[in-house]
Amino acid sequence: MKEEIRKILEKHPDSKRDSLIPLLQAVQEVYGYLPKDAVVEIGKHLNLPASKIYGVATFYNQFRFQPKGKNHVMVCRGTACHVKGSLAVLEAIEQDLKIKAGQTSRDTLFSIEVVACMGACGLAPVISVNGEFHANVDPQKISEILDIYREEKKSAMEAANA
Amino acid sequence: MHEASVEQKMAKMPLFLDALLHENVCGGADKKGDSKLEELKSQILRRTVSRPVIYVGAATCGLSAGADKVLVAIKKYLADKALDAEVVEVGCIGLCSEEPIIDIQLPGKARVSFRKVNTNNVVQIIESTLAGNPPADMTLGQFRGLESEKWESVTFFDEHPFLKPQKRCVLANCGIIDPCNINEYLANDGYQALAKALHSMTPAEICQEVELSGLRGRGGGGFFTGKKWKFALQTSGDQKYIICNADEGDPGAFMDRAVIEGDPHRLLEGIAIASYAIGANKAYIYIRAEYPLAIRRLKEAIAQAEDYGFIGENILDSGFNLHIIIKMGAGAFVCGEETALINSIEGKRGMPRPRPPFPAISGLFGKPSVINNVETLANVPAIIQKGKDWFSAMGTAGSKGTKVFALSGKISHTGLIEVEMGTTLRQIIFEIGGGIPHGKKYKAVQIGGPSGGCIPEEKIDIEIDYETLKEVGAMMGSGGLVVMDENTCMVDVAKFFMDFIQRESCGKCIPCREGTRHMLEILESITHGRKNESKLDTLERFKGIMHLSRLADVIKDASLCGLGQTAPNPVLSTLRWFRNEYEAHIYERKCPSGVCKELLHFSILENKCVGCTACSRKCPAGAIMGAKKSPHYIVPGKCISCGACKDVCKFNAVVVE
Repeated sequence: MKEEIRKILEKHPDSKRDSLIPLLQAVQEVYGYLPKDAVVEIGKHLNLPASKIYGVATFYNQFRFQPKGKNHVMVCRGTACHVKGSLAVLEAIEQDLKIKAGQTSRDTLFSIEVVACMGACGLAPVISVNGEFHANVDPQKISEILDIYREEKKSAMEAANA
Repeated sequence: MHEASVEQKMAKMPLFLDALLHENVCGGADKKGDSKLEELKSQILRRTVSRPVIYVGAATCGLSAGADKVLVAIKKYLADKALDAEVVEVGCIGLCSEEPIIDIQLPGKARVSFRKVNTNNVVQIIESTLAGNPPADMTLGQFRGLESEKWESVTFFDEHPFLKPQKRCVLANCGIIDPCNINEYLANDGYQALAKALHSMTPAEICQEVELSGLRGRGGGGFFTGKKWKFALQTSGDQKYIICNADEGDPGAFMDRAVIEGDPHRLLEGIAIASYAIGANKAYIYIRAEYPLAIRRLKEAIAQAEDYGFIGENILDSGFNLHIIIKMGAGAFVCGEETALINSIEGKRGMPRPRPPFPAISGLFGKPSVINNVETLANVPAIIQKGKDWFSAMGTAGSKGTKVFALSGKISHTGLIEVEMGTTLRQIIFEIGGGIPHGKKYKAVQIGGPSGGCIPEEKIDIEIDYETLKEVGAMMGSGGLVVMDENTCMVDVAKFFMDFIQRESCGKCIPCREGTRHMLEILESITHGRKNESKLDTLERFKGIMHLSRLADVIKDASLCGLGQTAPNPVLSTLRWFRNEYEAHIYERKCPSGVCKELLHFSILENKCVGCTACSRKCPAGAIMGAKKSPHYIVPGKCISCGACKDVCKFNAVVVE
């Protein structure tokens, strides 16, 4: 893993403090979260203590410290979505996947993240799965939407096993 | 060497651009070149087309409604039928509730818009339009075109109630042109303002022009943009920065995203002019990472503008250099605050710094910096090109120009609108927005995001500008308008915002960090069910409520930045206009709108219940008792007020109080 992280860092030579957030974003883009090794390596690269880097990383909502699920469900909790019932949508998703927001399921198929606003307020409530948007969702539609992704991954895994 | 590079750049530009710039720079148009220029423009803008053109609204809102699938279906259909037609992806016209929207333009005919297109009806729409009769129930309207014949049966798009009262300046090109093609922006007189600024105006003149135009910051505070630029211009420094704030953290606002996705070059031109005006040769665009499409469009646009020589070294042969860097925000609402944003770009925690020194004196990396919002900068090209008087003729005495609003919530036409300052809220909500759906009653509109406030029915005839909004306890903010109907609980809304703010508080000032948390706790205690409350708990709760407004004052007075100073606004404004709802929650322990679940009391009407047992089987708490075929009843102590029984009952026997 360390080698891979170094490769990412090599793309940003002569980095200074202001490259810290872009570096963290680049690492998260690859791994889906910030592994401990990456934080240490970035620290060496920028000549910063790991504590400072954690200080910055934990401040921002974007950074995660646990791996994402194979399907990453983002639930918008903006004002427009709230008024249109996004809390019930979130609860339905949590109930369906049997995990809470911010967690990853044990079979690593799903993870849930709550975001402040995805900017599609005109179509509230909105969720996105793996970057694919679903507009005007309601709690009844949830299991239908999640099943699509569940099936996809299952068949892909079975194909890989066979 | 230098000459060659200019020639190289010129070689890349199409002929008409060359002519355009020539006309602008030299001040006199070559009459012979004119017709050729017009012809090229008309070709690029597709005023006349030789083959059918299909435009697909492919901004984030269109895509989430299914535009990507429609796009695939269109391409497949064209390939199957071997039809020669052009497919163009455009930005968002603003009418989100009717998405996905496609437009079809046949040779010699006007461009027609269709609403709610999906993979099932798209083929039928294309076929019947090609046959000369666009399906009437699907059309939104046709565009006006001088060089094309209009459709007899179709109304004009600009007479659609959503568009008619609007005045589109910033959004003029959104949803009309292809955002990925710089030529289309150029043909719409793009980058002419930059040429004018660089060749015939001094930085001081630009600052003066923008100041006199009355343009104020569109991101929240409403500070005069020209004044801000002047401060930075007057500060000497070897390096200055322009920072474009595209970190639209306001939940409920998406105008910056739409501008960038639909017309990115307008923003780049505004940034270039602003940079020239303060003497900056580096500009940052701080954009949310949650907007992947906008980031992609922006990157493409920057590459194109660099290719054409509008960004980079020696822009348009004026000796002015500018480099634009995109910085992705990492998700922190407080980074909308200027100094917090600067810290974030520097790679630190996004915490505000004390002001003064203001960023215009000592900002990014300690250098003079100006931070402007996307909409502010997108207004600049038109001001430079058409003049300050054109701009200041629009709007009210204190607030000039137009404002983009994002309409969402319980309203028929959700979407993005641009109206002149001074338009009444009633006009926006009931005329443009089409009123409240399902015959519900209007309750309030929330403006300005978590720092703003709610405006009740008796105040919706106010004319929108910076000052009047402040008078009613709200603020312009970035312009998110979330409409609420009678089924929205205002205490719940206040709770939602306090929950958001206490999570987003950076933690630097204790009144904001602890105070907002405490306010949330008080609101939670109001909306909690009180089955297990002892007498002392009740006393504590009432004490808390009485302290709510005092706590708000302390947070306001003792916080450093805008987030803290405006943090109590959602509570104060709902408390001011909807006190009766708070009282109902506190004294009657009821939620009049039926939102706060723990305060709801479910019961079964004996005369309506047939004893089908559907509810008792569904009840997760086992709170419903009763024998088959005889009326059931709910055990109050066990009921968790989840509402499952009401959803499942086919006989409307379950009632809520």
